[in-house]
Amino acid sequence: MDYFFTEEQKMIQELARQIAEEKVVPVRAELDEKEEFPHEIMKVLAQSDMFGIFIPEEYGGLGMGALELCIAVEELSRACLGVSTSYAANALGTYPILLFGTEEQKKKYLPDIASGKRLVAFALTEANAGSDAAGIQTTAKKDGDYYILNGTKQWITNGGEAEIYTVIAMTDPSRGARGASAFIVEKGTPGFSFGKKEKKMGIRASVTRELIFDNCKVPKENILGREGMGFIVAMKTLDQSRVGVGAQGVGVAQGALDEAIRFARQRVQFGKPVISFQAVQHMLADMATLTEAARSLVYSVARYVDSGAKDISKPSAMAKVFATDVAMKVTTDAVQVMGGSGYMREYPVEKMMRDAKILQIYEGTNQIQRNVIGQELIKEAARKG
Amino acid sequence: MKIVVCIKQVPDTAEVRINPETNTLVRDGVPSIINPYDLHALEAGLQIKELTGGTVTALTMGPPQAEDALREAIAMGVDDAVLLTDRAFAGSDTWATAYTLSRAVKKIGFDIILCGKQAIDGDTAQVGPEMAEFLDIPHIAYVKAIDEISTERIRVKRMMEEGYDIVESPIPVLLTVVKEINEPRLPSLKGKMRAKKAEIKKLGFDALETDEHLVGLKGSPTQVKDIFAPEMKKDRKVLKGSPEEIVEQLIGVLKEMKCL
Repeated sequence: MDYFFTEEQKMIQELARQIAEEKVVPVRAELDEKEEFPHEIMKVLAQSDMFGIFIPEEYGGLGMGALELCIAVEELSRACLGVSTSYAANALGTYPILLFGTEEQKKKYLPDIASGKRLVAFALTEANAGSDAAGIQTTAKKDGDYYILNGTKQWITNGGEAEIYTVIAMTDPSRGARGASAFIVEKGTPGFSFGKKEKKMGIRASVTRELIFDNCKVPKENILGREGMGFIVAMKTLDQSRVGVGAQGVGVAQGALDEAIRFARQRVQFGKPVISFQAVQHMLADMATLTEAARSLVYSVARYVDSGAKDISKPSAMAKVFATDVAMKVTTDAVQVMGGSGYMREYPVEKMMRDAKILQIYEGTNQIQRNVIGQELIKEAARKG
Repeated sequence: MKIVVCIKQVPDTAEVRINPETNTLVRDGVPSIINPYDLHALEAGLQIKELTGGTVTALTMGPPQAEDALREAIAMGVDDAVLLTDRAFAGSDTWATAYTLSRAVKKIGFDIILCGKQAIDGDTAQVGPEMAEFLDIPHIAYVKAIDEISTERIRVKRMMEEGYDIVESPIPVLLTVVKEINEPRLPSLKGKMRAKKAEIKKLGFDALETDEHLVGLKGSPTQVKDIFAPEMKKDRKVLKGSPEEIVEQLIGVLKEMKCL
């Protein structure tokens, strides 16, 4: 298939693929086994300008958008979702600054993010606030020139490794979601520490950790937008990044499909390579068709996001939900096609299957995505009368 | 510091095929890459620049399509690139190649010249050291580490069969490097974009102000008469028995072969 990429988009694809094949594939099993953060790969991504793709040129980036980021994310995900999660979570943490930051905030933070010098994390989830983001209990109390943050964030990707955190906290708990605000908190701020490191089923090359705020003094100029805008910052950020999770789904599905085809051509049973059996061919055909459909949707939605359209919630949710459900199905079927070998750690597909599961859960579960799509359908229908 | 890195475009295959009629490399249908050792030379050049400042120039001699190798070098981060290309240079052996390259680096100007230890197609490992001789500067081959460098002097580790030598040299100097010296960086996106638009300087025979008998086929003392793959012979004989018996048998065999 030709997706009519520009020269520059092809360059990103080619370089991201080269990094994935040369730097990620050889170490992915070990990173998974040891639950090790991919420091060396992050350095390579930084040196290759991959962190600057979606950041405007005036702040040292390449000035591109969601589609280009999706292309890079897809290629990395084809090799390892743990690595691509660490990479994509950086973009997730950066969007609040990009979308709502003041000129001073952008000048201060974006160049270091674009160069890959400082990694970013996005901190919304808490023990009692996941799908229900309004349940946030972390508070931020204004005190002179500072906000004093108290509370614990949970399951924060890049926690501990990132230098910059965009954190959602309640400035006015009595107002519920309208009482939330977003802040930039730098690692090393007094009262900011890291708690439990999670042990996960998959994406084990990415780090997932607790953030603990204990009377953490954040300068008041670090607020993103105004007080009370925190929920909007979070929702707009997720709308923007969600298609990237779709791209992760496309990548891991393609990776699993490639492995399944390679294996099925070599594995001989009943005197023939198993790929010559129609039962296997039909499974591969469905896997390929679903992956291609997911890719088309992800690219289309990414292009729509880049057009500057405002109503991106529904298409972004659709791309996320479809591509990640496809990823789960295709990786599971890849294990099935490869049989006992697929189940063994000697081959990469069992890892892909474990990794793929998170895509249906994080950045808004697929059930929440369907809620978003459903609510938009109702609104659209009401508008038509 | 002015750093010049000499690179060669080679066919991307472990099995280099030879055209039996012309005795030259078959290049058709084989993708071309930068000679792998030269990637380490480029990385070394970029690292020296990061330490001392200055510029890195990539230089190659070859057909017009060798420009692709230079663009790859720009994508990795070199400042500029020069392509030595002219029909007059065709058919050069290592001597003529080294001579032509030495004329070019004189024109470009240099403090340090870096080369890969050898090319994976010709495998001679001669061009680097020969260049240094033509330029009348010191050279250190098989460098596996650069320990110290200033604008005046350089100290390196030279790989030996067992262990290494520590060698110090004044600058200007020519180094050929082995794979152990570093891990070549991948290109960057900004580098790739710059490489696409970059202008590659071209130097031909006229620019080098030299004699046509010194370059290309005419300037090459090596004339290839024939190239062939050595025949694999499998006629071997295993002698069995006690050492004394084997020695006796061996003497018999050698006599038979009229060696004794």
